[in-house]
Amino acid sequence: MTLPVELRHDETFVLNLGPQHPATHGVLRVKLTMDGEYIVKAEPVLGYVHRMHEKLAEAGNFAQFMPNTARMDYLHALAFNQGYALVVEKAAGIEVPERAEYIRVITVELNRIASHLLWWAAFLLDLGGFTPLLYAFDDREQILDLLERITGSRLTYCYMRFGGVYNDIDDEFITGTRDFIKRLRSRMPSLYHDLVTHNIILIKRIKDIGFITAEQCRKYGATGPVARGSGIDYDVRKNEPFSIYPELDFDIPVYNECDSMARYMVRMDEIEQSLRIIEQALDKLPDGPVQAKVPKLLKPEEGYYYSAVETARGSLGHRLICDGGKTPYRLKLRSPTFSNLSLFGEVAEGMLLADALAFMGSLDLVIPEIDR
Amino acid sequence: MSGYWSDILVGSKSLVTGLMITARQFFRPVVTENYPYEVPEMTERFRGHIELIANEETGKPNCIACMACQRACPSDCISVAGKKMEGEKKKTVTKYVLDFTKCSLCGSCVESCKFNALRFSKEYNLVSFNKDDFIIDLVKRLEDQN
Amino acid sequence: METSIWRPILYLVGIMAFAGLNAAYLGWCERKGAGRIQRRPGPKEVGFAGLLQPLADGIKLMTKQLMVPQGVDGIIFRVAPVIAMIPAITSMVVIPFSGNIQARAMELSVLLIFALASLGMMAVLLGGWASGNKYAIISSARAVSQNLAYEIPMLLTVISIVMISGSMNLRDIAIDQQGGFWHWNIFRFENGHFLYMWIGFIIFFICSLAETNRAPFDMAEAESELVAGYMTEYGSMGFGLFMMGEYLNIVVGACLTATLFLGGWDCPFGLTPGVWWFLLKIYVLIFTVIWVRWTYPRTQIYRLLNLSWKILIPFSLVNVLVTAALIKVF
Repeated sequence: MTLPVELRHDETFVLNLGPQHPATHGVLRVKLTMDGEYIVKAEPVLGYVHRMHEKLAEAGNFAQFMPNTARMDYLHALAFNQGYALVVEKAAGIEVPERAEYIRVITVELNRIASHLLWWAAFLLDLGGFTPLLYAFDDREQILDLLERITGSRLTYCYMRFGGVYNDIDDEFITGTRDFIKRLRSRMPSLYHDLVTHNIILIKRIKDIGFITAEQCRKYGATGPVARGSGIDYDVRKNEPFSIYPELDFDIPVYNECDSMARYMVRMDEIEQSLRIIEQALDKLPDGPVQAKVPKLLKPEEGYYYSAVETARGSLGHRLICDGGKTPYRLKLRSPTFSNLSLFGEVAEGMLLADALAFMGSLDLVIPEIDR
Repeated sequence: MSGYWSDILVGSKSLVTGLMITARQFFRPVVTENYPYEVPEMTERFRGHIELIANEETGKPNCIACMACQRACPSDCISVAGKKMEGEKKKTVTKYVLDFTKCSLCGSCVESCKFNALRFSKEYNLVSFNKDDFIIDLVKRLEDQN
Repeated sequence: METSIWRPILYLVGIMAFAGLNAAYLGWCERKGAGRIQRRPGPKEVGFAGLLQPLADGIKLMTKQLMVPQGVDGIIFRVAPVIAMIPAITSMVVIPFSGNIQARAMELSVLLIFALASLGMMAVLLGGWASGNKYAIISSARAVSQNLAYEIPMLLTVISIVMISGSMNLRDIAIDQQGGFWHWNIFRFENGHFLYMWIGFIIFFICSLAETNRAPFDMAEAESELVAGYMTEYGSMGFGLFMMGEYLNIVVGACLTATLFLGGWDCPFGLTPGVWWFLLKIYVLIFTVIWVRWTYPRTQIYRLLNLSWKILIPFSLVNVLVTAALIKVF
């Protein structure tokens, strides 16, 4: 991006954005060196909510780490649940019953929609539009009600178990989910697209702003909607299929514009694709048990195990090292937002403060997941 | 120059559409719950803090102090003690203290229980200025309920 | 016009009551309106339908300590909120609420109001500057460039009004539009030509949003970028005065729009003109301001300047020329 004015580096001041700032959505601090309203240098400072989750995994047995996974990315907690369950199942060689796989996919996709809706709401709040937040929360509330019915909690679910899920879904959940799909589909065109997406103020605000090249995405390891907004057709659900995703018919939205608008559109399209996935999974839902027979205390064989899932923010990898004992020897997480945030410093250089914050919003940061 | 005029026309149209949508919402009923006056009903599987289940006949806790929940807990928030009463085969629980300040409501304890002695309560509006109020003696709580 | 002692006293009492009531209850209207748009009830606990909420807020603000942080310019910091209120209240001297409710019908009343509007900007500048806060200073700089950019198209549209009415006296402008909505400046026929004043009306309305720092042009406040902008360091009644000043500016803007374009106190059907029509018009305008705020996201500072320099100023210039040509030439 060419700079509209030439920056004079001897007339700068430092602006501390955060750790408490309305736009950082959590305790992220960005040290901005500013020249007037232009950013000369941006340095994200992390670690304000570091809780050493990875080390905690080594403290208890395998099952005892499960509740922690939901507390990293609290907006797409079920994907973190699923990711951890997958890697441990791989290590211990556990077969998951088919019905459980379907239930996992349905709940994970519902949670993905909830996460995207919340991102949309928070992004609009960053841009100064307050009303869309309430409309999105109205829809998100329906998802939380559905998930509360089957998982028992509304945000930090601990629903997945090794070899299945905590408990079965019922007919009320299925009809409720179908109603929700209908409801969201009828509300999307007017309350989401007409009110916001086609709004000239929003378009002018985020189009051609926050330009990330595919090269930069590869350099920093950005994944998820950030990479797909830059023309990289990569989604773990398609490229390294897991669970029952290969049996379902859905598209991966990819945009080549590389700007904030492209990332916005990717997420909006993903909501629709997730609705499609849920619909198909509900149609195909088989009967059977939802929990395989699993020994009480898992002792996987010695070795290195890796598995990845696609969260709402990108690819989440779990690297598990076992030494044959009842606790993980080491659990390393590759969380998507950490890589996505790393872009910020380079891309934000030369931007206006307001544009940089809109750009930061389009990255969809969840700070506890970065810090872990 | 064509971009200039289309921006003005398309832009104005989008702005008017936006106003119409919010105007329509203005006249619709509110969707929020009037909280302290309307209390939502907790779902069947709602996970509040745990509580002991009483035996239907005797009213005494089903718990036999097998310590499975204490071992299953990832955060060490349960401490159980029991002793064998005279003339009975199983142990009886004498102390069951839940440190709710550390609990993350994961449900490992409920799952580990084989004697139908633990369940989630429906309590959600717990609040206090004092941390000690969340160290809950579940045996006493059960006696108070009876 | 003869001068009597009662005129200033009545003005002071009346305007203070009107200003105070509006400043307090527009806050309530805003919250209630926002609530309804967002499908929630808005304030409802304090008094019937939350009607005592402004009182509760006022008491809360007044009983809080007036904090003056270290390192601020003490005098200017304290004076700035007062400066925010003064121009808004003073402007009401010349506003004709009806044919016989007006404090002073000055010949150059339009000019006076615009002079005072520029003064209002000083409060933002001084407040932000004196705070010694980086966010506040950025906000002040934004506010100044914004107000400068939007005063030009605003004045240009007013010039066409002045040409039509041949007077800079708000009272004369309003009297000129009496007799039903087809006489109003917004739908004005002159010399057998339809003057495109509705374009001027839209330009004027957009400019008044920008002048009063309202969304989508609330660049100076921009809570998600600049925390609270120039008000970041203010608490207690300092903040309260800024808020009241903001609402009063909206009232003055609505009064001006109603007088210049919507016939002042005139009834749309030529019947029973009076102060109630004027009040109805300004509250419809104020509601529109609130409605706009809760519909759109915020724009960007350079988009805002682009809008002014590339769209509003050319359009208002052409508007002046066309109006002049239609009135005088053809």
